[in-house]
Amino acid sequence: MTDTGIGAAVRRKEDHRFLTGRGTYTDDINRPGQTYAHILRSPHAHARIKSIDVSAAAKASGVVAVFTGADMAADGVGGLPCGWQIHSKDGSPMAEPAHPPLVTDKVCHVGDQVAVIIAESRTQAKDAAEKINVDYEELPAVIDMTAAIKDGSPLTHDDVAANICYDWHLGEKEPVDEGFAKAKHVAKIDIVNNRLIANAIEPRVAIGDYDPSSGEYTLYTTSQNPHVIRLLMGAFVLQIPEHKLRVVAPDVGGGFGSKIYHYAEEAILTWAAGKVKRPIKWTAERSESFISDCHGRDHVTHAELALDGDGKFLALRVSTLANMGAYLSTFAPCIPTYLHGTLLAGVYTTPAIYVEVKAVFTNTVPVDAYRGAGRPEASYLLERLVDRAAREMGLDPADIRRKNFIPADAFPYQTPVALQYDSGDYTATFDAAIKIADVDGFAARKAAAGKAGKLRGLGYSTYVEACGIAPSAVAGALGARAGLYESAEVRVHPTGSVTVFAGSHSHGQGHETTFAQLVSDSLGIPFENVDVVHGDTGKVQFGMGTYGSRSLAVGGEAIMKALGKVIDKATKIAAHVLETSEADIEFKDGQFTVAGTDKSMAFGDVALTAYVPHNFPHETLEPGLDESAFYDPANFTFPAGCHICEVEVDPETGVVEVIDFTAVDDVGRVINPMIVEGQVQGGVAQGIGQALLEECVYDESGQLVTGSYMDYTMPRASNLPNITVANETTLCAHNSLGVKGCGEVGAIGSPPAVINAVVDALSDFGVTDIAMPATPEKVWRAIQSAQAAG
Amino acid sequence: MYDFEYHRAASLDDAAGKLKSADDGTLVAGGMTLIPTLKLRLASPSDLIDISGLAELSGIKAEGDAVVVGAATIHAAVAASSDVRAKIPALADLAELIGDAQVRNRGTLGGSIANNDPTADYPAALLALGATIRTDHREIAADDYFEGLFETALDAGEIITQVAFPVPEKASYQKFPNPASRYALVGVFVAKGPSGVRVAVTGAGLDGVFRVTEMETALAENFSPDAIKDVSVSADGLNADIHAGADYRAHLIGVLARRAVADCT
Repeated sequence: MTDTGIGAAVRRKEDHRFLTGRGTYTDDINRPGQTYAHILRSPHAHARIKSIDVSAAAKASGVVAVFTGADMAADGVGGLPCGWQIHSKDGSPMAEPAHPPLVTDKVCHVGDQVAVIIAESRTQAKDAAEKINVDYEELPAVIDMTAAIKDGSPLTHDDVAANICYDWHLGEKEPVDEGFAKAKHVAKIDIVNNRLIANAIEPRVAIGDYDPSSGEYTLYTTSQNPHVIRLLMGAFVLQIPEHKLRVVAPDVGGGFGSKIYHYAEEAILTWAAGKVKRPIKWTAERSESFISDCHGRDHVTHAELALDGDGKFLALRVSTLANMGAYLSTFAPCIPTYLHGTLLAGVYTTPAIYVEVKAVFTNTVPVDAYRGAGRPEASYLLERLVDRAAREMGLDPADIRRKNFIPADAFPYQTPVALQYDSGDYTATFDAAIKIADVDGFAARKAAAGKAGKLRGLGYSTYVEACGIAPSAVAGALGARAGLYESAEVRVHPTGSVTVFAGSHSHGQGHETTFAQLVSDSLGIPFENVDVVHGDTGKVQFGMGTYGSRSLAVGGEAIMKALGKVIDKATKIAAHVLETSEADIEFKDGQFTVAGTDKSMAFGDVALTAYVPHNFPHETLEPGLDESAFYDPANFTFPAGCHICEVEVDPETGVVEVIDFTAVDDVGRVINPMIVEGQVQGGVAQGIGQALLEECVYDESGQLVTGSYMDYTMPRASNLPNITVANETTLCAHNSLGVKGCGEVGAIGSPPAVINAVVDALSDFGVTDIAMPATPEKVWRAIQSAQAAG
Repeated sequence: MYDFEYHRAASLDDAAGKLKSADDGTLVAGGMTLIPTLKLRLASPSDLIDISGLAELSGIKAEGDAVVVGAATIHAAVAASSDVRAKIPALADLAELIGDAQVRNRGTLGGSIANNDPTADYPAALLALGATIRTDHREIAADDYFEGLFETALDAGEIITQVAFPVPEKASYQKFPNPASRYALVGVFVAKGPSGVRVAVTGAGLDGVFRVTEMETALAENFSPDAIKDVSVSADGLNADIHAGADYRAHLIGVLARRAVADCT
């Protein structure tokens, strides 16, 4: 390990510009002659548009143009496409209602896009919007999923019966029924995974630009995956060929999934820029973010676990309703299915599992991936259910887990729900976490807390997730309409410095540092000599973007593959210069050496020679040193670990304080331990947020009650404990770096640990369940009802 | 935000004059409620008259048995004031619990009580301490000042200049913040002072700040947490929202009142 290579806690390159305010975010970009767009949004959850009168707005001061859905439709603009197709149990494809960027006849959620006003200033655009007269005929809205699938419920889309997008299943029913038939105990749980809003610090922004002289469109946007936006918007919505469409996603201030998707505003602005032939900028206001950024989670689940007399799991049955919101967002259908149903084996040897998922349309903002995406929902229900089974059977929650872990010598391990785990050691992460969290000392801490009038509880979560998304062949077979490989180009400059063009996109993950470490390590050159470029389809050859903890396990592997090609080519050049055969060249620490001699050449000299090829045999050796690669993973990667949470509850007020949190994760090989620690801490903060604070609430009419920070509770520093992060590593068996991914483990592992701790704290009162978020009022009520029940 | 005319007042008289001559003028000091309201286009005043810099409205001083705080004094200054800290530490504690650092460095005492948000902290202190609100026309006892949700005894055009807080024997403010907004979900100010024992509650009441007389009577006889442990507060007239039902708020009033009594210094 060099001091800047693999395994070094190098300080992040990008932080200097972020911390000194020198980042370039989309809103920092201004184009000459720029205009400003305001989106008129629906105030109703469900309404038919009888008419729209934009005449007064069009004449208002500073207004350049006003467009409605009719204008876009007249231009042949398509609907926003869905990137994943799920088939129901009966083989039929999912319902895929039209999703026009600007609605034409009906609004389906509060915030739905009705018109765009383009003006010389933001204020003028907003003033003009107030002059638009929309005649709405309000329709009954459907918000609650359970009600939505009942006969006679209002329909979000007239052509989608019972609001059901699909009715999917996985696993075999018969062996599960057999498992339940021979069970000595069955544990059951009804569980809600609360709806969340990502709330990235930077709101979404888009700038559409059109150059009439070249016919080229440019979209600047806050995106986690600019190439995917170019593909979806160009091919499906606006019919602009790739060579005439550039998408730039510069510095992006947080995404957590919410900036993966192709959003209506991107298509509206790009299209409208072509109409008005001037650049147009749209910057979401925070209250607009709440009703237009995709939401996350929102599952209602019933699950049952069959156990033998010793607490060994025999079978698992899961039935879930998953909210899609009003339309299908880009990846929405795959979240509750292939990122949730497939994870239900968890870290356990449960031999038979059957899961069914109904995806449901409601008059709410579309729901899609949010940090963890499907996997937190799986780990939460599983880990709550395992804890409940232990309590009901009088078993220690640690023992019941240990008894059911997939043993370390069982890998590769085929689960009954499609996935094959390649590596892991669940006992190792568990033991390490128990030691760090000082579980042995808990009883004494509980007693001390009791003396101070507090209830102390400890909760475990042992989880596995599937990330490094994804092997294209598998994803394709499961309904993905895109490949999920990654690409990279390593351009070695004549003086030996390197620019990496990466298809993944950093919006907080520190790719500029981690990827530079890979290059520094491989080529033996200084870390400072490496720059990473991402987020611009005009610069980067291709990419599928950053989500699903894929940047290192897939994108990093693409870089390693390109680096391999660079080293191969450089070896050829060195062999030529040193007048020997390639086989005799050894490359180590940045030096090409003729084996067994002191004849050698530094990497920088080889690079220079590549671009000054005065005596190259041009039939066999090309000048230049610039290689690109595409990497398609052989399998998902499977980070796993154990999180342990300790809480104290004030029984008088119901306030839960997280006292201590331990996360021991196996994320595969760690490239930069400081970045990994930060990623895990951030994920745990969001997990604690979900468990104790955050919840998106709609009223019955479909108005968003938690439409601002006055009511939507974000986690703050004072809500968080000191989070201890450690790693126990097994290497990924199918990639060269042995890496698995660390971006989502915190959000996946932590919520059940927190809730199990709260339930543990309240168990003396006889409380067996508490719903997320475990707000003070809910905890207080749980204590009240348990006491009343006696 | 809609357009408006901005004026910086040169004096209290100037402010009153400008307010009177404006079509639909409004005063602004810290603007911690007004500016967000304007940004959301929920208000469209013709004129904003800025009184934040006026000498007549600034300063904190001990005045006999009272601490007098200028209306344009920011919360951070009240929290940091050695006079307040020495004479009414509970008031300094309360100021320190308002909003966040940014709010405390812009928001003012006068702005808070002129707005009379039912979840604001200061109204509890004024009512419990039996404070007097001084305006450019008169003095108003806190008991007569708070008239319900965002309603006060102020006449149109009347400007708060100072608030005089009688120094109590002991007092404490206990706040249970709304987890999202950090306004008071329930805040209880208990004081034993010249006006006797007073228990004032903010955050919970549908009509804003109110006193719990049953607790006051019990505490007047025996100033201890035990004295009020059996006093139950009715949920009638209390606010209910997604963060707390009326019965939970009623319960919290009891808990916080007992903690305030125990904490009284």
